[in-house]
Amino acid sequence: MTGRIELPQGTLDLLILRTLLPGPQHGWAISERVQQVSSEVLSIQQGSLYPALHRLERRGWIKAEWGTSDNNRRAKYYELTRTGRKQLDAETEAWRKLAVAVEQVLEGA
Amino acid sequence: MRWLSRLGVQFRMLFSRNRAHRELDAELRDHLDRQIAENTARGMSDESARAAALRTFGNPALLRDQAHDTWNWAAAESLLHDVRIGCRTLLRTPGFTVIAILVMALGIGANVALFTIVRGVLLKPLPYSDPERLVTLYERSASEGLGMFNPVAAGSFSEWQRAATGVEQMALVSPFQNYNVSAEGGKLPERIDAGFCSWNLFSLLGVQPALGRTFAEADDEHSAQSTVMLSDAFWRRRYAGDPAIVGKTIWLDAKPYTVVGVLPASFLFNSAFGGNTVQVWTPVGHEFPEALLKAYDDHEGIVMARLKPGVTLQSVLAQLGAVQAQIKKEHAAGGVNGAVNGRSMLDDAVHDYKTPLYALLAATGCVLLIACMNVASLLIARTAARGKEMAIRTALGGGRMRLMRERLTESLLISVMAGAVGIGISWAALQLLVKMRPDMNRVESIRIDGGVALFTIAAIASCALFAGLISALGADGKRLLSALQESSRANRGSHQRATLRRVLLVLEVSLTVVLLAGAGLLLKSYQRLRTTDLGIPINNALRLHVSLPESRYKEEVQQVAFFEQLIAGVRALPGVEAAGLVSTAPGQGWGGDSLADTLEQPRRQEDLLDIHRRAADPGYFAAAQIPLLRGRIFTSDERLSRSDVALISLSTAQQLFPGQDPIGKHLHFGYNKDVYEIIGVVGDVRWDIHEPPKPTMYMPLYGHDWTGATIFVRGRNVESLAMPIENVVGRLDRDLPVSNVMTFRESIAKSTIDSQFDSLLILSFAVIALILAGAGLYGVLAYLVTQRTGEIGIRMALGAPRKQVMRLMLLDGLRPALIGLVLGLAGSAATGRLIASMLFDTKPLDAGIYTAVAATLLVVAGIACMLPAWRASRIDPMQALRTE
Repeated sequence: MTGRIELPQGTLDLLILRTLLPGPQHGWAISERVQQVSSEVLSIQQGSLYPALHRLERRGWIKAEWGTSDNNRRAKYYELTRTGRKQLDAETEAWRKLAVAVEQVLEGA
Repeated sequence: MRWLSRLGVQFRMLFSRNRAHRELDAELRDHLDRQIAENTARGMSDESARAAALRTFGNPALLRDQAHDTWNWAAAESLLHDVRIGCRTLLRTPGFTVIAILVMALGIGANVALFTIVRGVLLKPLPYSDPERLVTLYERSASEGLGMFNPVAAGSFSEWQRAATGVEQMALVSPFQNYNVSAEGGKLPERIDAGFCSWNLFSLLGVQPALGRTFAEADDEHSAQSTVMLSDAFWRRRYAGDPAIVGKTIWLDAKPYTVVGVLPASFLFNSAFGGNTVQVWTPVGHEFPEALLKAYDDHEGIVMARLKPGVTLQSVLAQLGAVQAQIKKEHAAGGVNGAVNGRSMLDDAVHDYKTPLYALLAATGCVLLIACMNVASLLIARTAARGKEMAIRTALGGGRMRLMRERLTESLLISVMAGAVGIGISWAALQLLVKMRPDMNRVESIRIDGGVALFTIAAIASCALFAGLISALGADGKRLLSALQESSRANRGSHQRATLRRVLLVLEVSLTVVLLAGAGLLLKSYQRLRTTDLGIPINNALRLHVSLPESRYKEEVQQVAFFEQLIAGVRALPGVEAAGLVSTAPGQGWGGDSLADTLEQPRRQEDLLDIHRRAADPGYFAAAQIPLLRGRIFTSDERLSRSDVALISLSTAQQLFPGQDPIGKHLHFGYNKDVYEIIGVVGDVRWDIHEPPKPTMYMPLYGHDWTGATIFVRGRNVESLAMPIENVVGRLDRDLPVSNVMTFRESIAKSTIDSQFDSLLILSFAVIALILAGAGLYGVLAYLVTQRTGEIGIRMALGAPRKQVMRLMLLDGLRPALIGLVLGLAGSAATGRLIASMLFDTKPLDAGIYTAVAATLLVVAGIACMLPAWRASRIDPMQALRTE
């Protein structure tokens, strides 16, 4: 698939947290959504999605619960916790600063 | 708190691992299914939709492992793995495992038990409010050593109370008193331990009564009504816990006392004088005669005080010291002390137990150390046996850390199991010890609690670390490789391991020697104590105490009549060979002393002789078999009159009248103006088994201040005489209890119980250590023989005689034993001084003991080495070479 780029280190967590902001989602939906919203530029490898989800859960930023999905199948839903929301704010802020800074450097050089 | 909840999640995940696995699988399957469904929707065939999905998805197993790893399970799982391996290894050699666990369990059990006692008795604060501000005060005589903690005179106490500004409250306590409790309600009369105290003692300590009230200031007046407070134990035992006891009257020494309150069960009085046996309390100001309350030279109590916050004991001692020095100046008579002394109340209560308990704790520490060394040694031997396996694993890239962790896990497993067994052992030991020594101060606070649990965990952990690390030291990776290269023929690696084991052995033996020497010294000292010559034969003698209540026997005539009838009745009993009365019998301890002077050669104030005063009837000397050396015994007339005649002991004669005939000379005391004419000299006796005979004077019993007396009876089968004698007393006065009924032998056993206890305990630790050291020697040598089987085979094939092989192996084992012995003897010489205060008539450097210890150790070491050496000499050379 063309046009896709590798995710920089550490952005995966941010993307997952942001994707969960509107409401609980299961793993598949998270990866679909990222791909869709980023106009197919960003794609999450399943190989990194699940370890990342578990890592976030361990840190207490998201919590998981089993539920029934749209097509009546049982699926594990991930949801932002309060600390997760704070973490998302912090990381978004950091990312914006970084992006602006990188942009400035690129412009200035 | 975040880390806490995070930890919670991790723990949940760790323990619901299987569920987590299943869930992750389900989740991944769901994801895969959706991908396939989407692919199908795009128009792919089922087959290619699945293939494409799997392609983007990757290896599900790997994926699962990756997700799995984020849970930090790896460490925990490999620990579980180690534990499993450890268990399996240990189960493969059950003999080794059981021995290692038992060895360590003994060490841990003994240590936990001793620590529990030390903590309960010596370290826990006293069960009073703000116990750190409580102190016990004494008078101090000018001389150093003896007299450092002298009881306090009531007169001095009053002056101290007026002068001391640094204390909140101060109470005079005389805890070594007794009462006869009259027969009532169908109960027999009995004699009980009692305490006299200032009315404020309980508020000073912060003790609330369980029933009724404590004493009021008015109760403490000489003219007040007689009041009493009961201990919880006495109230329950004698009065069946009667809830309406307050206000009732009980009869003490044939006088009515009103019960004002009952003390709580938690209140047990502890002091250096008088242990935890006080049954009733009465106000000291009411009980002491008025003259005694004003005396400065009659020392009958101790002073308990609560310091004001921030005030130090030193400053109070300085202030009271000045007061006491002034008292001494104003009352220059002998017996008035010129200084004060004091210590914290806790220190005061447990002072006598400190050295023995710490010595015992050190001994158990040694045993544990020896046990750890033995386990380490066993682990090393095992490592050696698995040398090839280890070498191969190392060669294949097995990390050294990993190998080390295995060894640590193994020793941890052993230690944990040993700890579990050890807790059982210590529990049993504590039950036994507490039962053996109910007389020990603070015995009630000995309890297994959180602190003890922490100590146990620490002990287990340090055992595991110690044994594990030492054995890991013996398993260096490089050496393992060389083990692989050089095959199993006597190689460098195993020799180094053997060296390490030898070093452990030397340490083990030397610690054992220190323990054995200590035990030997204490045992010898106990034997000395048991066989100490009291000055009279100890067999076939019985003693009983009778105390006449002054309220009923006011007149001397009454007392005399009673004792006359009593002793006549006792002498008439069949089986009684001789009977006499004395105020205090030998071995019964302090019974009153005074500073004596002579009329003929007056002495300077500071040279007055401290003489024990005893009152006796003429029959006593024959009954006790105290020899008459010069002069004569009292006559019957003298015992009935207030004749001022006296007998003195040999040492009194030698000190007061050196080189002269004392008969006809005169003695007198500072406390009254009576002058005694010396009519005879008798043999010396020991009043306290721990102390050499003291100068003593005997005066006629009757018609003096003594209202109580010990009946001293000689006869065959004296044990069977106790009941008949009690019946004689009962016929004379049904309210009069007979107390302290003991054969003379028993009374000595009772006063030596401390040393018996200490020496038996240390001896048992030493024996355990000896067995461990023997086992260690045997183990090392047996291992060496196995290691050197090939070498020995070659030697013998080349013509070495069996005897020579045996000698070689014996020397191999005995060398570390000898080095350990020398080190141990040196160590004992250094530590002997520490227990010097526990020794009686025994020098810390006792050649006999040291020789016996050395001999015992050599015998045990010899036996332990003989068997492997003999086995080595039996090796069949051909067989040995073939197995190589």
